Amino acid sequence: MSRILEINIFRYNPEDPASVPRMQTYYLEETPNLNLFIALNRLKEEQDPSLMFDFCCRAAICGACAMVINGKPQLACKTKTKDFPNQINLMPLPGFKLIGDLCVDTGSWFRIMNEKLEAWVHTNKEFDPEAEEERMENSLAEQIYELDRCIECGCCIAACATAQMRSGFLGAVALNRIARFILDPRDKRSEQQYFEIIGTDQGIFGCMGLLACEDICPKNIPLQDQLGYLRKKMGVLAVKNYLFWKKRS
Amino acid sequence: MEIIYSDLLCIGAGLAGERVAIEVAQNGFKVVCLSLVPARRSHSSAAQGGMQAALGNCIKGEGDNPDIHFEDTVKGSDWGCDQEVAKLFAHTAPIAIRQLAYWGVPWNRVVSGRSFYYKGGKRFEKIERIEKHGLITARDFGGTAKWRACYCSDGTGHSLLYTIDSVAISKGVLVHDRSEAISLIQDGENCLGAVVRCLRTGKLRVYLAKATLIATGGFGRIYRASTNAIINEGGGLIIALETGLVPLGNMEAVQFHPTGIVPGDILVTEGCRGDGGVLLDINKYRFMPDYEPEKAELASRDVVARRMVEHMRKGFGVKSPYGEHLWLDIRHLGKEHITTKLREVYDICLNFLGINPVEELIPVRPTQHYSMGGIKTNVYGEAYGLKGLFAAGEAACWDMHGFNRLGGNSLAETIVAGMIVGKRIVEFLQEREVNFSLKLVELELKKQQEKINKLIFGKGRENVYKVRNAMQDILMDYVGIFRNEKDLQLAVDNLQELLERSKQIKLRSNGLGANSELSLALKIEGMVKLALCVAYGALQRKESRGAHTREDYPYRNDRDWWVRTLAYFKEKDSLPTLEYEPATKKIFLPPGKRGYGGTKIVPYDYPKDAPLPEL
Ligand SMILES: Cc1cc2nc3c(=O)[nH]c(=O)nc-3n(C[C@H](O)[C@H](O)[C@H](O)COP(=O)(O)OP(=O)(O)OC[C@H]3O[C@@H](n4cnc5c(N)ncnc54)[C@H](O)[C@@H]3O)c2cc1C
Ligand code: SF4
Ligand code: SF4
Ligand code: FES
Repeated sequence: MSRILEINIFRYNPEDPASVPRMQTYYLEETPNLNLFIALNRLKEEQDPSLMFDFCCRAAICGACAMVINGKPQLACKTKTKDFPNQINLMPLPGFKLIGDLCVDTGSWFRIMNEKLEAWVHTNKEFDPEAEEERMENSLAEQIYELDRCIECGCCIAACATAQMRSGFLGAVALNRIARFILDPRDKRSEQQYFEIIGTDQGIFGCMGLLACEDICPKNIPLQDQLGYLRKKMGVLAVKNYLFWKKRS
Repeated sequence: MEIIYSDLLCIGAGLAGERVAIEVAQNGFKVVCLSLVPARRSHSSAAQGGMQAALGNCIKGEGDNPDIHFEDTVKGSDWGCDQEVAKLFAHTAPIAIRQLAYWGVPWNRVVSGRSFYYKGGKRFEKIERIEKHGLITARDFGGTAKWRACYCSDGTGHSLLYTIDSVAISKGVLVHDRSEAISLIQDGENCLGAVVRCLRTGKLRVYLAKATLIATGGFGRIYRASTNAIINEGGGLIIALETGLVPLGNMEAVQFHPTGIVPGDILVTEGCRGDGGVLLDINKYRFMPDYEPEKAELASRDVVARRMVEHMRKGFGVKSPYGEHLWLDIRHLGKEHITTKLREVYDICLNFLGINPVEELIPVRPTQHYSMGGIKTNVYGEAYGLKGLFAAGEAACWDMHGFNRLGGNSLAETIVAGMIVGKRIVEFLQEREVNFSLKLVELELKKQQEKINKLIFGKGRENVYKVRNAMQDILMDYVGIFRNEKDLQLAVDNLQELLERSKQIKLRSNGLGANSELSLALKIEGMVKLALCVAYGALQRKESRGAHTREDYPYRNDRDWWVRTLAYFKEKDSLPTLEYEPATKKIFLPPGKRGYGGTKIVPYDYPKDAPLPEL
């Protein structure tokens, strides 16, 4: 006998004057191999077409479908119902602006983050279409790729107590992004320039190091290592900056 | 009425859209990109395997050059491509790759010295040259003479898109995500912008621009089983087709990828076979060399997909509750290789199949994957039929892929086309003067608002999901890998009926805000029209070429069908109007044998009135 799942979904449509925030219960018969991508679409198509949620790649690649599933932020498309009890509670990701039901505005959040970090390669060199590419060790390319794998799903922000308390806190995803550029010799920014972006309480010094982010990251990005590395590096710079400032004053 | 002005309106913020945007923005023009999802979630991010460019750095790519790349592309296309475009493409691709490296893409690099690789399950040794150490390396892909697919592990599209988007941000390109273009604004000659529905609030906005680019990617989701993201529903093609002025090229050319997983239809990259993986049947027997002695698993995709279906039809498929499939075996590549160079594949198998590909076989079958057809443009990306309208990427029929795209050539197309089309748009903008007639704008806006009202408050009875499912089933059942007159006629008849039903949709929800039932309802009629372009184009094309395989017309008929289909859809019609143009104006490589697939050919100089050769 297959189970009947009780799926409780947060509902609120800010564009509908009649809508109030509430939990709504749906029932669905569990089929083999059922995941939340299939389950939610079945609910929408068979029971309630007003349901709002985001999926895109449905292969755990694009980061669109993060939501809080029985208390834990994760990617819905790769979440199998068989790993859960009969009751499944779905909430939108906290820390991002709600669009409706389970949809949140991660797009604007990450765009602003990337603008703040100036998360692109900074260089004075012109691109020369005639020239051979600059060489790089394969092992270094692989290290950069390892950090590049972040899919901006927002789970680490949703799981981070600091980010939930302080809206300007950059979070693990941003710190990892900066670590990626520090590693990349093509980015010519100086340590001081990186320091100006993340050497504050909104950056690395705001991080309490409890590592909820690392446990939650669906891409298993080694966030702990990056945070530790930045804390050390930026800590040294902070001391240097302080001494420099004292000497001058 | 909210109006947003720009020089270039870029509908689509995947690789093609953003690469064009960068080119135009860095020349000082204002660019706004639209996207259904945050730019970085565009489907380009899902590309795993690689991007082709003839760098010739790795030892197995030694001696490669753009002319060989060009030849592979033309053969891959089964001589369906525009050879001028293919040539320009192959010669620009190396520059495109190097510029991406300059911008920060972490391409895998050549490591000098001895290493091993697998081919057809056997282990071989290679020695990389010391002079090439640290340059961009490549892996093997189907249908190519050399190892040419440059890659970042198996997250190539992801790294590319993140890098391109970072450059777009640095150049001040605006991206309005969660915004869906639902119609073009045009005066019969000029394209002036688009009406856009905000997917945050549901409100309509108007975007007016001197130039408009459509780069909305593929339309795989008109098929039920597709490797495409669920947003790949052909929105950009629909709004172009619905003008009645802009034709879609070669819509019948639909690619099926050999290795979609069962169940789930998620792609595992061609890199699996490129790196040495093999296909096995129910008896764990490696069957591909029997069909394709030369290339085996690495013949072009259309050929491998066809051979797989052929083999399953002979009774060698593996039965499962989700239908028949075959096996992909990558176990011999070893844990180290699989968990680094094929890491996405590893994750996908674990997450979606619950199997470990280091120890177990992967259930696969051919699955809809790529749309060779699209908005027909000239070599500079200018769409036929409307001035100021451009297209690039998978949404376009530029047309370098003809009837079969080679793996890795699509990422390369998005970037290369982005450079070339972007450059042309810059020239265009420097000259362009337009008067935006507000009357026209109001009219179009009103039309769309009325359409929405009708869907919410009208008298229709049809359920949008049922109509979509019916369309997907028709295409799956009758317009798949092997095609014939009877099936295709059935598909066309059923789709025509469905087109009528798609005009009678009524929402079951209230349609307020970011309502997705309304999003689908707004484009379902257009989706059925796209399906008709595919099915009707396939019915009329009485030959077999690339991915278009007619059981009743097995010849590639260069005498009568060395042409490109152009499909127009006039407003009240229930069928597209088809026209044809020569596949290529310039001929650098006369039609010949591909070297795989065993196609029979009617030569282009075959006597005009002579009957076709006996089968
Ligand atoms: C699973 C998979 C793996 C692949 N792997 C490879 C590979 O290894 N190598 C290779 O060369 N190719 C590969 N391809 C093909 C390649 O990834 C795509 O063809 C290519 O990335 C398409 O890029 P694009 O910019 O044209 O479109 P996309 O990246 O699909 O972008 C389309 C954009 O248009 C937007 N959009 C769509 N409709 C609208 C609308 N109505 N209004 C506003 N915006 C809209 C979307 O939001 C998105 O931003 C793969 C494809 C798939 C499906
Ligand atoms: S370690 Fe830092 S970034 Fe991670 S969850 Fe804790 S406070 Fe947030
Ligand atoms: S670091 Fe991990 S959890 Fe955070 S956004 Fe990136 S992928 Fe998601
Ligand atoms: S839908 Fe893309 S990660 Fe879940």
